[in-house]
Amino acid sequence: MYIIIVGGGRTGYYLTKALLDEGHEVLIVEKNATICNNIVDQMGGVCIRGDGCETTTLEEVGTARADMFIAVTGDDEDNLVACQVAKHRFKVPRTIARIRNPKNETLFKKLGVDVTVSSTNIIIEHIEEEVPTHPLIHLLTYGDRLEIVEVRIPAGATAVGKPIKELSLPTGSVLSLIIRKGQKPQVPTAKTILQADDQVIAAIAPESEEALRSALTGV
Amino acid sequence: MKVVIMGCGRVGAQLAMLLDADGHSVTVLDVNADSFRRLPPDFGGSALLGNGIDEEALRRAGIEEADAFIAVTQGDNRNVMAAQIAKHIFNVPKVICRIYDPLRRDIYETLGIDAISPTTVFARLLKEKLET
Repeated sequence: MYIIIVGGGRTGYYLTKALLDEGHEVLIVEKNATICNNIVDQMGGVCIRGDGCETTTLEEVGTARADMFIAVTGDDEDNLVACQVAKHRFKVPRTIARIRNPKNETLFKKLGVDVTVSSTNIIIEHIEEEVPTHPLIHLLTYGDRLEIVEVRIPAGATAVGKPIKELSLPTGSVLSLIIRKGQKPQVPTAKTILQADDQVIAAIAPESEEALRSALTGV
Repeated sequence: MKVVIMGCGRVGAQLAMLLDADGHSVTVLDVNADSFRRLPPDFGGSALLGNGIDEEALRRAGIEEADAFIAVTQGDNRNVMAAQIAKHIFNVPKVICRIYDPLRRDIYETLGIDAISPTTVFARLLKEKLET
């Protein structure tokens, strides 16, 4: 595939490396001459100096034959315009924009950007996973119907000391694993009694998240 | 008419002054409080610190009730993004933005954004002046 990347910062640099390794034809468009020269020194002629929002630059790099166009500069407005020019002027089939302000997601989709990646949201999610008091963590999402979450049972929750069958769990949710400090992980049964600090891994529908949270952590 | 102007540079401030003098309700938005020094002392509208590509800031500027939105910051892309937010999210009836780059202006014109390229306009003006 021919992939054009706008922005040669850290994201653009490592993305290019990864895509080249996969055998794609990749070209970075970068405004800053120093950054551009550095990339060329390290990876060869994969970077062109220019403004990725300018029609003439995009014409020169053959945007019309690009299969994918990815804008990863640090500015949302630049990524939006680059993708819109690629989409509307050069008919690139797939455009991807990095966004900093998570609120821009709907706007970008509405304006013809095919995919948005919110670096802010991704960072927040990962940090939340590391916060020990955070009661519900998303581990994995399968499409929009199923997700795997982890819930830590806080001391004082009404669920503590109760067998699982007595909890009012949302329908369709499956508690699939209990991790207890100093013990091997166990697959819970209806009779398993929950303790404070247990980590419960559950498969649920996204809409049951709140119900599961209150059933396991409610006081 | 209620008008929100994004960017209190020379053009933004001048336009704000003219509209205010005509009795329109004007709100000027800029990321730099220092820019508001360009507004005349007797300016009757409001000056608001904020980024016009942020929906919250636009809401605070009263974009939901605005009859017109003008984007005249130094950044083409910022202007274009703000204009599209005003048009497609807030449905402001009249939206005009400045795009220095003539080619970019043409693209957004085809996308239904009312845009003026001062580059084209000024070059044409100069040519006319030379020829008369």
